[in-house]
Amino acid sequence: MADTWTLGQRTFTSRLLVGTGKYPDFPTMQRALTASGAEMVTVAVRRLDLSKTGEQSLLEWIPKGMTLLPNTAACFTADEAIRTARLGRELGMGDLVKLEVIGDRRTLFPDVEGLVQASRALVKEGFVVLPYTNDDPVTAKKLEDAGCAAVMPLGAPIGSGLGLRNPFNLRIIMETVKVPVLVDAGVGTASDAAVAMELGAVAVLMNTAIAEAKDPVLMAEAMRAGVEAGRKAFLAGRIPMKLHAAASSPLTGLIGS
Amino acid sequence: MQVRLNGELREIPDGLTVTSLLAHLGVKAQRVAVELNDAVVTKDRYEAQRIGPGDSIEIVAFVGGG
Repeated sequence: MADTWTLGQRTFTSRLLVGTGKYPDFPTMQRALTASGAEMVTVAVRRLDLSKTGEQSLLEWIPKGMTLLPNTAACFTADEAIRTARLGRELGMGDLVKLEVIGDRRTLFPDVEGLVQASRALVKEGFVVLPYTNDDPVTAKKLEDAGCAAVMPLGAPIGSGLGLRNPFNLRIIMETVKVPVLVDAGVGTASDAAVAMELGAVAVLMNTAIAEAKDPVLMAEAMRAGVEAGRKAFLAGRIPMKLHAAASSPLTGLIGS
Repeated sequence: MQVRLNGELREIPDGLTVTSLLAHLGVKAQRVAVELNDAVVTKDRYEAQRIGPGDSIEIVAFVGGG
């Protein structure tokens, strides 16, 4: 049986979600998106620059068939996030939203109070809400209770590349909620993505780690392989850690004994 | 008449609808979403929705993001 996961009415095979920001140019982004194997990509909603209406649209460079996941990045209140989500739905004709309500400019940590409030409102409006949250299991449970389709705890601050700073909390979140847990933000390199998947994450979402790598296309391939390796290791079931050695070769039948 | 367009005060001709405003600005309607006084205007209402003096209009599009 294929190893798939579902979100609302949609089923996905790829467990790597990627952002579309910060690439050196659109052609590089397009090649990286294709190399990542992602089936879902995040996009932001911003005022159109009315002095440059003839410019190329981002959408022309996103490979066909990829599901768009509009975000509410840089929204600092529930109201701003709700308005942005509605505009994103109107733009994308889909009901998915990566919900961000940011509480602090320096760390970009979520304002969990506003996040839960906005989640409730958007779920009522029929959105499939994927909230970007901190690594707090209590908040994750509140978001699940609010009707969110998944929860997306951070591994580390957005764009920091610090890796998973609190793998234990991430595991507790995975034990606490029944909805899919996606690790969003903080991944720096392929091993971070693999660790997230080994912990049992349903998927990993990243942007900067690919877009700002020296070679974004090669890093997208590495992330794809890291996610796949981590997922297989999770399914395979790792051995318990032991303090002392356990020999791999027989200890009997040695010559001279 | 004066309106607030993407945060800036701007003079536009009287009597525009959302459709004719977008044409006036040279914006392709299929690539944008429009908010009038904090509420989304769905595309099926572009023809009928008139712009009035003092209205606040947001015209947005998708850009790269995480």
